[in-house]
Amino acid sequence: MTTQLSGPVTRARPAPEEEPAAKNGWIRIPLLAVTVAIAIWAAFPLIDNRAWTGLAILTATTAGLVYLYTTPRHVPLKYLAPGTILLVLFQIFPVLYTASTAFTNFGDGHRGTKQDAVVAIQTASVTQVPGSRQYALTVATTGDPATGPLVFLITDPATGQVSAGDASGRKDVTSEVTIGGTGRVTAADNYTVLNAGQASLRSQEITALAVPTEGGAIRSSGLSRAYEGRAGRAYDRNCDCIRDTTTGKTWTADESAGAFVSSDGERLAQGWKVSVGLSNFTRVLTDSAISTPFLRTLVWNFAFALASTGGTFVLGLLLAMAMHSDRVRGRTFYRVLLVLPYAMPSFAMLLVWRDMFNTDFGLINNLFGSHVDWFGGSASARLAVILVQLWLGYPYMFLVATGALQAIPRELSEASRIDGASPWAGFRRITLPLLMVALTPLLISSFAFNFNNFNAIYLTTEGAPFPADNPANGATDLLITYTYRIAFGGGGAQYGYAAAISIFIFLIVAVVSAVSFRRTRRLEEVHA
Amino acid sequence: MMTWIRQVGWRHLVGVAMLVFALAPIVFVISAAVNPLGTLSSSELVPTGASAGNFERLFEDTQFGRWFLNSLVIALASSAASVFISALAAYAFSRRRFRGRRVGLLSVLLIQMFPQFLAIVAIFLIFSTVTEYWPAIGFNTWWGLILLYLGGALGVNTWLMKGFFDTLPRELDESATVDGASHTQVFFRILLPLVAPILAVTALLAFIGTINEFLIANVFLTDQGSKTLAVGLFGMVAGERNNNFGMFCAGTLLTAIPTVLVFQLLQRYITDGLTAGAVKG
Repeated sequence: MTTQLSGPVTRARPAPEEEPAAKNGWIRIPLLAVTVAIAIWAAFPLIDNRAWTGLAILTATTAGLVYLYTTPRHVPLKYLAPGTILLVLFQIFPVLYTASTAFTNFGDGHRGTKQDAVVAIQTASVTQVPGSRQYALTVATTGDPATGPLVFLITDPATGQVSAGDASGRKDVTSEVTIGGTGRVTAADNYTVLNAGQASLRSQEITALAVPTEGGAIRSSGLSRAYEGRAGRAYDRNCDCIRDTTTGKTWTADESAGAFVSSDGERLAQGWKVSVGLSNFTRVLTDSAISTPFLRTLVWNFAFALASTGGTFVLGLLLAMAMHSDRVRGRTFYRVLLVLPYAMPSFAMLLVWRDMFNTDFGLINNLFGSHVDWFGGSASARLAVILVQLWLGYPYMFLVATGALQAIPRELSEASRIDGASPWAGFRRITLPLLMVALTPLLISSFAFNFNNFNAIYLTTEGAPFPADNPANGATDLLITYTYRIAFGGGGAQYGYAAAISIFIFLIVAVVSAVSFRRTRRLEEVHA
Repeated sequence: MMTWIRQVGWRHLVGVAMLVFALAPIVFVISAAVNPLGTLSSSELVPTGASAGNFERLFEDTQFGRWFLNSLVIALASSAASVFISALAAYAFSRRRFRGRRVGLLSVLLIQMFPQFLAIVAIFLIFSTVTEYWPAIGFNTWWGLILLYLGGALGVNTWLMKGFFDTLPRELDESATVDGASHTQVFFRILLPLVAPILAVTALLAFIGTINEFLIANVFLTDQGSKTLAVGLFGMVAGERNNNFGMFCAGTLLTAIPTVLVFQLLQRYITDGLTAGAVKG
C-alpha cells in the first residue's frame, strides 16, 4: 500500500489510510451512484444523436471518477477533480476554441461553410417573377413570441399541404394543425402563432427571412401571404463561381479569402470561414491604425491596473488595520457601512457614477458648484475612472485584509509589543509579511482583473475623450475596450481578428502575472 | 488624551472619512429611487420628496419579482457549490505535495486572465448543442447557468483559501494523522471549521460576483421570465435612460438587499478570529 502521489505525511504513515476509507463508505457510495446515474441520463441524448465522441468522453470521465474515488491512491486528485472537470468544460474549452478562431477569418459574413454561403447568396437574390407560386402564410415561433426563432407556416393552396420553413429549409408539418377560412394556419402543435401585433413588431425579421428551396426561396409579402421566388444569382460548379442570371456577371471563389470575388475586385458580402494562418497576428503588428496608439494605450492600461489594485489595497488595508482593535467602539457599525459599496450591484453603480460625473446635472458638479467636463479632458477622465474603481474595489480589499489579519495569531503581535517593538515595526516586520503570504496572489489576480476591466471603462467613459485625429482610440481606453471597438464596433463582427488581439493581451497579462508569481514562491517558503 | 488619539482616535478619523466617501453615491441612489419625478435630471443628493412610485412601476411594468428570484437561486446555489469545490482544491494545493502542483496553481490563475467576453461566442455555440441534447441544463435554465458559473470555481477564491490554509500550522493535521485520522477526517473535521472565516468571505465574494455577472447571463438568458437582475436592470436603462432612472435606482437598491443579508448572515464568521483560539491549544 504505497501512495506515491500523496504528501509526505501519508507516505510516512500509510497504515491509517485504509481503515477510515472503509468507514466513509456510507457517504461515498451514494455519491458515486448519483454520479453514475447522471452519466446514464446524459448518455441517452448522445446515443440518440449518434454523438460517439461525446459518449466516449462521458464514459471515460465517469469510469475515471469511479476509479478515483474507490482507490486509496491519488489523494490530491480526489480533491482537485470536481473543480478541474468544470474548469475544463466551461473555461479551458471555450478559451481554446476562441484562441483557435484567431487563425481564421471567423466573423460577420464568414460564419459557416462555403455551401452555407452559396445558399445565402442565392436566397438573398430571390425576386418575385411572373408565375411565382403563391402561398398562405402564418408567422409562428418555437419560443417566446417576442424573441423566439421565427418559423413560416406555409399552406400550399393547391394541395392544402402545410409545411414549416426557416432559414435552414422547409419540412412538412405532420403534427396537428388547424386551418382557418382563408387557408391560413390558425394553430399548430409545437408552434406559437404570432398575432398581428406581435408579428408587426418583428416585421423587419419577417421581411428578411427567406426559406431556401430548390432554385429559389420562399419569402413573405406582407404578413399573410408568401411567394416562391426565383434566384437572380446561382452557383455554377464548372467555374466555381456565382453567376448573375440577368447580367451574366461572375464572382469567382477565392479559397484563401473565403469569399466570392469578381474580376473588378468586387466582393460578395456572404463568404465562408477559412483558415488564414497568422495574418490576423501580423495585422495587429503592422496595421498602423492599431500599432501606433497601441503603446500609449498599453502604458495607460498598466497605470490604470496598478493604480486600481494598489489604491484599493492601501485603502482597504488601512481601514482593516484601523478597525482591527477591540478599543474601537462601534466596530460593527463601521464594518457594515464600509462594505456597503460592495453590496451595491457594480454594473448599476458604474452607470450611476457616470451620471454623477455628468457636466450639466451631475451630482459632483452640483455639490461643488463647479462646471467641469470630467470626461472631456484626459487627466480628469483618467482620475475619474480610477476614483470610481477605488470606490468599487476598496471594500473587497478591506474584507480580505480583515480576514487575513484575523488569521494572524494575536500572540505574535503581542509578543513583539512585549519585546519592545514599536507598533510600526511590529506591523512592518510581522503583520505585513504574514499578510502578504495570503494576499499577494490576490493582488496579482486583482491586477489581472483590472488590466482587463471592461465594464469599468465601457459603462463609464466608453473610452472618452477621443483625440480629434483618432476616433478609435480614447484617452481612457484600455486595450480590451479598444479591441472591442475595433473588432465588434462599426464594420461588423470580426471574431477571428479580435481573438488574435486578445491572445496578445493574454500574453502580456500572463507574463506580468507569472513573473510576480515567481516572487511569491519566496514568501510561501516561510510557511512551507 | 494624546495616547487615546494615537491608539484609537486615528481609527475613528479614518473610519469617518471613508464613510463619507463610501456613502455619498448610495445616498444619491436612495434619493433618486424615492424621487417622485423619477428622472435623472431631477435627482439630487438629498431627497426632494418621497414617493414609492418608482417601486410600484418596477413591479407593475417589469417582471422584477421573477428576476429577483432567478438571481437569488442562481447566486446562492453557485456560490455555495463553488466555495466547497474551491476549498477541496485549496486543501490539495496547500497540504499535499504532488507533481504538477505549481503548474496547476499557475494555470488556475492564468486561465482567468483570458478576456472573458471573447469566449462568449464559444460558450454560446457549446450551449446551443447542450440545449439541443439536454434542454434541462440548456439556455434559459437555472441549472445551465449555475454549471457555467461553476466552471470558474477554481480561480481567485482557490488562491484566497490556499493562502489561508497556508497560515494554519501543519502540526494540527499532522497530530491528527498520528492519532489515526484519514485525510477526509482531517479536512472535514479539523481544517474546514478552522477556515470558516475564509469560507464566509469567499462565499460572500462569489455571491456578489454572481449577482453582478452580466455579460454571460445576457447571452444565456433570453426569455423575459428567466432573466437575472443584472440583465433585466440593464435592459431597463439601455433605451430610456433619463426617464427610467428612478426605477433603475429603485431596482438597484432592491438588488443590494440579498447581498446585505448574506453579509449579515456571515458577519459572525467574518469578524470572529477563530484561528487565534485554535492555535493556542
